[in-house]
Amino acid sequence: MLFDYFGGQCPPYAMSDQHPEIDSFEVRVLRQDAPGERSRWERHRVTYERDMNVISALQKIAAQAETVDGQPVAPVCWDSNCLEEVCGACTMLINGRTRQACTALIDRLMEDCPGEIELRPMSKFPVIRDLVVDRTRLFRALTKVKAWVPVDGYLDRGQGPLRSMEEQQQSYPLSECMSCGCCLEACPQYTKIESTQDESESDEDFSARKSATYDSAFVGAHAISQAVLFNTNPIGKFIAGERLDALTGPGGIQMCGNAQNCVAVCPKEIPLTTSIARAGRSTTLHVLKKWFDR
Amino acid sequence: MPKQRVMVIGGGLAGLAATMKLAELGIDVDLISLTPVKRSHSVCAQGGINSVNARTRQLGDSEDLHLDDTVYGGDFLQHQPPVKEMVYWAPKIIDLMDRLGVTFNRTSEGHLDNRRFGGTLFKRTAFAGATTGQQLLYALDEQVRRWEAEGRVKKFESWNYLGPIIDDAGICRGVVAQDLISMEIRTYPADAVIIATGGCGLLYGRSTMSLVCNGGAVSRTFQAGAKYANAEFIQVHPTAIPGADKLRLMSESARGEGGRVWVPRTPHDERSPREIPESERYYFLEERYPEYGNLVPRDIATREIFNVCVHEGLSVDADRQCVYLDLTHIPREELDRKLGGILSIYEKFQGVDPRDEPMKIFPAVHYSMGGLWVDYERTADGGLNIGSPVNQATNIPRLYAIGECDYQYHGANRLGANSLLSCIFSGLMVAPGIETLLESSDDGTAADQPSSLFEGARRQRQQNFDALLKRPGGGENPYLLHQQLGEVMTRTATVVRFNKDLEQAYATVCDLEQRAAKCSLSDTGNWTNQNVVFTAALIDMFPLAKTLLKGALQRDECRGAHYKPDFAMPGLEATDPAERRRQAEAWCDKFEERNAKWLKSTVAVLDEDGEPQLAYEEVDTSLVPPRPRLYGLVGAEAIEEVWKERVAVN
Ligand SMILES: Cc1cc2nc3c(=O)[nH]c(=O)nc-3n(C[C@H](O)[C@H](O)[C@H](O)COP(=O)(O)OP(=O)(O)OC[C@H]3O[C@@H](n4cnc5c(N)ncnc54)[C@H](O)[C@@H]3O)c2cc1C
Ligand code: SF4
Ligand code: SF4
Ligand code: FES
Repeated sequence: MLFDYFGGQCPPYAMSDQHPEIDSFEVRVLRQDAPGERSRWERHRVTYERDMNVISALQKIAAQAETVDGQPVAPVCWDSNCLEEVCGACTMLINGRTRQACTALIDRLMEDCPGEIELRPMSKFPVIRDLVVDRTRLFRALTKVKAWVPVDGYLDRGQGPLRSMEEQQQSYPLSECMSCGCCLEACPQYTKIESTQDESESDEDFSARKSATYDSAFVGAHAISQAVLFNTNPIGKFIAGERLDALTGPGGIQMCGNAQNCVAVCPKEIPLTTSIARAGRSTTLHVLKKWFDR
Repeated sequence: MPKQRVMVIGGGLAGLAATMKLAELGIDVDLISLTPVKRSHSVCAQGGINSVNARTRQLGDSEDLHLDDTVYGGDFLQHQPPVKEMVYWAPKIIDLMDRLGVTFNRTSEGHLDNRRFGGTLFKRTAFAGATTGQQLLYALDEQVRRWEAEGRVKKFESWNYLGPIIDDAGICRGVVAQDLISMEIRTYPADAVIIATGGCGLLYGRSTMSLVCNGGAVSRTFQAGAKYANAEFIQVHPTAIPGADKLRLMSESARGEGGRVWVPRTPHDERSPREIPESERYYFLEERYPEYGNLVPRDIATREIFNVCVHEGLSVDADRQCVYLDLTHIPREELDRKLGGILSIYEKFQGVDPRDEPMKIFPAVHYSMGGLWVDYERTADGGLNIGSPVNQATNIPRLYAIGECDYQYHGANRLGANSLLSCIFSGLMVAPGIETLLESSDDGTAADQPSSLFEGARRQRQQNFDALLKRPGGGENPYLLHQQLGEVMTRTATVVRFNKDLEQAYATVCDLEQRAAKCSLSDTGNWTNQNVVFTAALIDMFPLAKTLLKGALQRDECRGAHYKPDFAMPGLEATDPAERRRQAEAWCDKFEERNAKWLKSTVAVLDEDGEPQLAYEEVDTSLVPPRPRLYGLVGAEAIEEVWKERVAVN
């Protein structure tokens, strides 16, 4: 049929020898209805199809809304958008590993652990519901390190500074950071912060209090790497000192224990430990310089 | 007195560009987005962004040629002044993005590198690896974060726009939105509202688009009385990798960097592609379109790939449709440097290294040329009057639309790498117009409007939401209905369209719409309820789907992405010169007749029963006179000759 390809569920191009011989598999999900509620495990059975990933399994779970024992349940909540590992939305713990759900192919998972998949929300961020977590802190860190180029404005000023191919090839990988948070989940120094709004507190006050708490805790590898990216940008480096101040203050780079877990889990293979080492050297010099300038 | 504020809905390239420019002009902005803006669909854009550049200029390129390529590629269905203004801004936009730190690829001297995209003979496209959209979006996201830190911008992420608030005089005074976490429904007064919510690929079930591209925001605006134009023009991209959840794009840049499309001359040749000698490969695009080769405009490449698989039976695999997209002749180092991002997508999802093996690809729904109808103010020399509050304005006063969700720039078919440009351009350009609007307002700020206006709007939406939550059980399953909608849309309203199919599809979609009204929810809670949000979005897909199908049904011609074989204008058959000449004359007559009838934008409104009513509007083609689009047509020279004579006489 002409359009089977598009509309139907027919599988695309085969890697024919690599498919497991199963009709269905089980997904164990750690669910939590809301912040502060207790979490519980729930089991779902999903019919196997070729070329599925964890997102398509979750879509099936949402459509059937029934556990393995035939118990009707609300669909599991999760985050996703691009489905091709560029938006950073779908981070979760899959069989215990922090990674993107959209590139977690069922065929590969079945090779590691036949017949069963375990899904948990990230542990370093407050759970909103099920697999959805609040990663505001991750974005807040980008504000803290001023991860932007401080241009004068958006009127025409001709072309930007020339940059060598080599510089581009060093910057480009850092600019691929999609704020997924895998590096933070894996980092022993990055610990969970969960705040609750007081009844008397306005939304604005609550979010200001949260930001202040976040700012005093560890910024994380992704933000250190962004600071390096902008400190090596020809215009970005005009405020390099301000970024280094942020990295030497509370929650700064000194908290990094150099465990290198971050670099091992980054789905974008960003050379985080190289960034951390570079930032470390710059901050040391920066502190010394400030000390001498006193 | 409260200060004036602008509300931007959507933080993709268009919404972020508008936000930062408004902030620069000293205007306070609220920004609502379904996803954290950094995760917007624009991150998916791979290939690059077009502009005339120093190198192409020296090879004879100019802004006017960029304009010409864009309107010729779009089969003349777009108003030309906005396109002209856009292509003249393009080099400045690239410079700005460069200053904002986008990690564009470089030449050895340190300038921006460029690649060639479809529908042009010049290397106009600037790129950052194969993740250009991501890099551009991040640059704008960073600027907006900077303004946020200064208190000029307030972001509301994980909020769903439910519709505009329109007063008795028909003027937009703000929006209603819902927090996707707490499900709280709230009103936001605004002195101007900008819709920048991107495309509607989810009407087709699976497409190359992201999951939030459900068209809901646009549909709600349409249902509130905004006009929607050229819905039937949906771009099907020639090269995508299919998947159970998404059809992942394989960017045109793969062909821009030298990728070649072919099939074995022997149907379903069992040999591995590398064992098939050159002479037994059919490079059908290169053979049929010697000038543009693999880089013909998208609608044409898509139809050819379809044709070769479906009608000529030359699909690579016997049990499914696909052709080879081959990069294996290009050095690995170069591929990594220029296309790394997309090659890793193929590798991750297909488990095959495209540096060693040709990729298997097939077309997929990709882009919506149509969108909310918007206006512009033309200058005498055919550009736009920048600073006019009319630019990008919908028919509802104080309500604007920009980016993929407006209909303005791409006519019947979009050229590759022109969309990132139109998104950033429309975003930057709408801001000075809104500044003028705010300066000239003398009826107080939106926040001064009677509170009953806002409370009424909020109550209305709250009631709809509560009613949806309280649907009785045992009804229809929204996810399955969505799948069915996708199937019927894909079968009837993509590459090749027939009236009888479209008629049937319309009936089916009306039926699905009624069934959707009886959906039951599997989650009736009031906390982070994704089930109800999905169901509401599904219900809102129907007005757009119906408008699209009706537009396609009524438009009895072929134009750009809209192709009806029953109304095609085939090439010339005669070989005898006199007869051939006569046929060419007849062809041109028919072409003129067709344009007289159909060179018009389709403009839809919804009537009281929710049925789309279509009208047709003249297109401003005063800068580049329409001419036949003759890529690869048999007898093109003869037709062109006749056409040139006619133009010369007039
Ligand atoms: C795979 C792919 C590759 C592409 N490659 C290229 C390319 O190389 N070159 C090119 O020029 N073009 C390309 N395009 C097209 C281009 O990427 C898009 O047209 C463009 O990014 C759209 O930007 P936008 O700002 O209009 O919308 P989007 O980026 O889609 O942003 C929409 C925003 O609206 C928000 N939103 C949506 N609905 C709601 C709602 N109900 N309430 C609140 N907020 C809402 C979203 O959260 C998001 O922030 C590509 C497209 C695809 C699919
Ligand atoms: S190297 Fe530093 S940032 Fe990375 S995981 Fe270890 S402690 Fe965390
Ligand atoms: S550095 Fe890597 S792991 Fe960390 S947020 Fe960025 S992309 Fe994710
Ligand atoms: S959905 Fe975007 S990274 Fe997985």
